[in-house]
Amino acid sequence: MIHIRQLHKSYHTEALSLHVLKGIDLSIEAGEYVSIMGASGSGKSTLLNILGILDTYDAGEYHLNGSLIRNLSEKQAARYRNEMIGFVFQSFNLINFKNALENVALPLYYKKVSRKKRNIIAMEHLDRMGLKEWAHHMPNELSGGQKQRVAIARAMISNPKVILADEPTGALDSKTTEEVMEVLTGLNGEGITTIIVTHEKSVADATNRIIHLRDGMIETETRKNNGIHETFLSPNNSTL
Amino acid sequence: MLTAERYNNMFDTDRWQEIWITITHNKSRSVLTAFGVFWGMLMLVLMVGAGNALEKGIGSQIEGFATNSCFFATERTTLPYKGFQKGRRWDMTNSDLPVIREKVQELQYISPVLFGGGNDRNVVRREKSGSYQIKGCYPEYDLIEKSKMIYGRYLNDIDITEKRKVCIIGERIYEVLFQRGEDPTGQQVRVNGIYFQVIGVARSTSGVSIGGQTAETVVLPFSTMQQAFNQGNIIHFMAATAKAGVPVKVVQNKILEILKQQHQIAPDDKEAVFTMNIEEQFKMFNNLGIGIAVLIWIVGLGTLFAGAIGVSNIMLVTVRERTREIGIRRALGATPRNIIGQILSESIVLTLLAGLAGIVIGVGLLRATGIVLSQGDQFFKDPQISFGMAVASLIILVIIGAFAGYLPAQRAMLIKPVEAISEE
Repeated sequence: MIHIRQLHKSYHTEALSLHVLKGIDLSIEAGEYVSIMGASGSGKSTLLNILGILDTYDAGEYHLNGSLIRNLSEKQAARYRNEMIGFVFQSFNLINFKNALENVALPLYYKKVSRKKRNIIAMEHLDRMGLKEWAHHMPNELSGGQKQRVAIARAMISNPKVILADEPTGALDSKTTEEVMEVLTGLNGEGITTIIVTHEKSVADATNRIIHLRDGMIETETRKNNGIHETFLSPNNSTL
Repeated sequence: MLTAERYNNMFDTDRWQEIWITITHNKSRSVLTAFGVFWGMLMLVLMVGAGNALEKGIGSQIEGFATNSCFFATERTTLPYKGFQKGRRWDMTNSDLPVIREKVQELQYISPVLFGGGNDRNVVRREKSGSYQIKGCYPEYDLIEKSKMIYGRYLNDIDITEKRKVCIIGERIYEVLFQRGEDPTGQQVRVNGIYFQVIGVARSTSGVSIGGQTAETVVLPFSTMQQAFNQGNIIHFMAATAKAGVPVKVVQNKILEILKQQHQIAPDDKEAVFTMNIEEQFKMFNNLGIGIAVLIWIVGLGTLFAGAIGVSNIMLVTVRERTREIGIRRALGATPRNIIGQILSESIVLTLLAGLAGIVIGVGLLRATGIVLSQGDQFFKDPQISFGMAVASLIILVIIGAFAGYLPAQRAMLIKPVEAISEE
């Protein structure tokens, strides 16, 4: 599903140049449940943004579902994001003047699905998240957990190949974190490739594969084997 | 060329609903944003309507007056000529008329005029009397300054040749001397001590009149007036018109030249003959009207563009405030064209709504003003804007809306989703 070779990314300012990703090699197969961990500044969010085609890379290769993601026009990038990827963010990123139903339905608006049809589909997804009764509530009337479930419903509505979640439980209490992780695990159980960037070990432990980044390189990787995570060191400390 | 995709997009109700939700979710900001355009359009409509009313009002004042006419009267000479000293008084005479008719081929009508009266209670019928102007004319004069006959008829050629003692009285004189509804034709009135038979009652069709208001003037046959009041063969005033397609200036210059030759006036004496070219006066009036209209449009469009700059400014702030929302939309699949289209559409819809409100309220105010003024001042008549002006305004509003939205839309397109989403 995702194949990355020697991916580099730097940020340049007038004063300094920051090499954030230093030659990442990574393959994630369809249906995998992966978490990316690392300290602040390790490059995990940058990697997720590149995977989500929200940001570009400087060197290397990134293939998504067999297509090389490079030098895309804004229109092409928008189409990939709309059809292939579902985003879940730490701060939910719901549009505050749209109700839950309208927020969930928004990706289908850009897919030119009719209002009636997209509202039916959006309601189905809200129902799956247990939020049917909250469909016509505005975001400020929802709890953190409800907001994140609305965001997950929105991420799912386009039937994406990949769910990318950036600290999806970062703003939630432990009980709500469990609920959200149950939802994400359930979605992965349906065969959707799910990649979560997180600081929290409990969240990472719920996934089947944990990638540790350090200073823009993959430091270690652990895979769950019979319910236990086994650690592998990268041969060159950056390639897996 | 409009592609099918763009066409569908334009008429997609979802798109308009999306725009409506965005505009109405912050009503006070939208209202404040749109106020400049509303005010600009209101001012434009009011000014154009007022300009039209002024034009119509003045137009109605000169209606019924021949615009292809010129006039002549005598003044003292200012140059010595052929033994005559400067400062000489002179008079136009009956003998000038056949010369003018013969030599000025472009002449359409000509009428000599004598003025008199105005003495204390100079027009009398039985015990009723009043002080009114007296004017001696040819029948042709009615083709230059048109009167509407309420009773009877105007002068004819037989009145002139037979020097009949007949008169046409003005509407106001009729009201003073006769009972309401009483037929005055055939009745006698005494004018400056001489009895004349009333043959008609005239009402003015124009706000412009020579030698006093038609309503307060007694018109006599020119020949009768000359003889009855011992005026000899002199003419006080002469009115002439040019044939269709001939500039009045041509007729005016020829008559001027003939008068100077006939009365031994130096050809380069510019003061000895008072003359006025109505065609030129009308041209000046028309040019003034065009000048006022251009000024109105410049000021109106300037106000409107100031409003548009206000919209643009506030939309720039709005785009800045909506950075995160735009980033979210981009992350969910909105293309740059979607974002540009949305911002431009919002700007155009907002501008159109504000402008339409300005047009509707402006037209309403003009209509109310028109009703209030319809009873009074005729120099300001029926203030309205034309349908063409309304259509032109809508087109201007769309252009202004697009102009106002262009910069904010460009700014919105430059927003990178990754930066927008991470913005707190």
